[in-house]
Amino acid sequence: MKSADVLAEGRIARRFAALKAEGRAGLVTFITAGDPDPTVSQAVLNGLPAAGADLIELGMPFTDPMADGPAIQASSLRALKAGMTVRKTLEMVRGFRKQDADTPIILMGYFNPIHAYGVEPFLADARAAGVDGLIVVDLPPEEDEELCIPALQAGVSFVRLTTPTTDEARMPMVMRNTSGFVYYVSIAGITGTASASNTAIDAAVARLKRHTDLPVAVGFGIKTPDQAAEVARVADAAVVGSAIVTRLADSLAAGVDGAAAVEDVLGFVGELAKGVRAARG
Amino acid sequence: MTKLNTYRSGPDERGHFGIFGGRFVAETLMPLILEVEKAYREARADPAFEGEMRQQLKQYVGRPNPLYYAERLTGQLGGAKIYFKREELNHTGAHKINNCIGQILLARRMGKTRIIAETGAGQHGVATATVCALYNMPCVIYMGETDIARQQPNVFRMKLLGAEVRPVTSGSGTLKDAMNEALRDWVTNVADTFYIIGTAAGPHPYPAMVRDFQSVIGDEVRTQMQELEGRLPDSLVACVGGGSNAIGLFHPFLDDSTVQMIGVEAAGRGIEKGPLDHAASINGGRPGVLHGNRTYLLQDEDGQILEGHSISAGLDYPGIGPEHSWLHDVGRVEYAYATDQEALDAFQLCARTEGIIPALESAHGLAEVIKRAPKLPKDHLMVLCLSGRGDKDIFSVAKHLGVEL
Repeated sequence: MKSADVLAEGRIARRFAALKAEGRAGLVTFITAGDPDPTVSQAVLNGLPAAGADLIELGMPFTDPMADGPAIQASSLRALKAGMTVRKTLEMVRGFRKQDADTPIILMGYFNPIHAYGVEPFLADARAAGVDGLIVVDLPPEEDEELCIPALQAGVSFVRLTTPTTDEARMPMVMRNTSGFVYYVSIAGITGTASASNTAIDAAVARLKRHTDLPVAVGFGIKTPDQAAEVARVADAAVVGSAIVTRLADSLAAGVDGAAAVEDVLGFVGELAKGVRAARG
Repeated sequence: MTKLNTYRSGPDERGHFGIFGGRFVAETLMPLILEVEKAYREARADPAFEGEMRQQLKQYVGRPNPLYYAERLTGQLGGAKIYFKREELNHTGAHKINNCIGQILLARRMGKTRIIAETGAGQHGVATATVCALYNMPCVIYMGETDIARQQPNVFRMKLLGAEVRPVTSGSGTLKDAMNEALRDWVTNVADTFYIIGTAAGPHPYPAMVRDFQSVIGDEVRTQMQELEGRLPDSLVACVGGGSNAIGLFHPFLDDSTVQMIGVEAAGRGIEKGPLDHAASINGGRPGVLHGNRTYLLQDEDGQILEGHSISAGLDYPGIGPEHSWLHDVGRVEYAYATDQEALDAFQLCARTEGIIPALESAHGLAEVIKRAPKLPKDHLMVLCLSGRGDKDIFSVAKHLGVEL
């Protein structure tokens, strides 16, 4: 595939190749950009690779996150209240890239803020800032020409979500313009709520592997190092989001100061990473 | 104005009206959306479906409702001859039931066993709870906690009808948040649940489906006006929030070039005050993507959705149906606006001159009639969609008039 060629040399491909060489799965961590404020958020972001994150999903806050559960909804509102915007999210990525040239960053969010920014300028600025991929929840393959195709042309991966409701007939269409990796949403539902069973995840990953050579990351409902380890046994990466966001929110709510809260959440990421790294040991 | 051969052929197979509409939903929902579209297409081709719907609209809803000549109001305004399409006489007191009958029949046809819906003012929630009682289906209505506080009578009605009303505390606790929460429920319960969307918005096929179910309004007006006046009306006026009563009135007339159409948005405290003070998506917003479709939205520079304001909880939504956005862009329909105060004045005038207490939503349409009718000749036939009755609004109107109930 042409688009895949363009991106084959990118950070995402390099990182998954390195993980494969190490014989282990990756840990993908999600945080919301600007949550609870730009300073703390930047400190968490900058600390993630050393804590053990292999890839980073950086949430672009939106007022109406329709696919997200209470934890990420609340984090989006905290970030927006602290003045976060798409422009500032890209600044965060630029800040991160000053100290890390290798860890892939995937922006995750909803289409309207990108639409408002303008698709072409957004892609140009995102790429220049050091963004590697996009996950946009409300853009199914039916709307590929909105952002997916322009992103691939601009050299930015478009990581597609597949779900338990994506049937065999749909699968080729869902895979067609996917690049970087495939994100399997392991439950029919919203983020941070129910968890899928291991057998269901095993079967789903096996099914996806029949349709794609891309790495498969599994997310939604992974809350503990043990759960992350279970997923890491069968998938190429485990994605943890709500649990990290909640950990940060809880310590701030308990009155812990910014620096200590950063240390705490990075400690939690370290435990998740340990789980993932030991999974196939 | 772009001249087209027809304005009634949309949407295309991907759900687009020009650049508007579409299917901007999460992958989890996409297979279900396609299933709804297919089931709807098959249902429309099935005379048995059409037959059952017509039967229920007649026997249960009470259609056709009258096209009523508002003689005193016409005399008082001294211009155009004004007719009211009396949707407020439907069972449950508004046009919302037309669409709910259609959608619940579709849900049953698809074998779905659970219904969810969002509601702002509560009219769509009441209509949904009503058809769920009628067809013995469990029903969950999402309603923002702010709206619950200001629409207590409708909350109680829904509960009497057997629905569970779930308060939505996320966001700002109004209609858009209720819609988010309903979508979250749907994504979690795709297998057994049907989402009855109340307005002509959302992912394809909803805008077209709701429009079709509401087109009974315009179809009846066409027949009734022929009977009463022997010709077509000259102008049609309807309030627009999401725009379901307006599209239902307008759509059957879109290709009749002599028929002028005016949708009336809620200008709240005034369009000039900015998007936190009104709910006029077309007059004070710009295109964006929310709740499954591209349409005019109230949003800030960063694409964050803003909370509109209107005295009418039913118009208080930061978006509008995508077909209206398109009809605006191609110039076929004019989109005007009325402020809270103009709607309040129209509300009171209607009560006193016609003995009809209109919904505050419909009063926005009437405010435009009051502005236009005096300047028009006496043989100009103007139709206002009186989309709902105002019993639900007497508390908020009393408050604005400084009366304690």
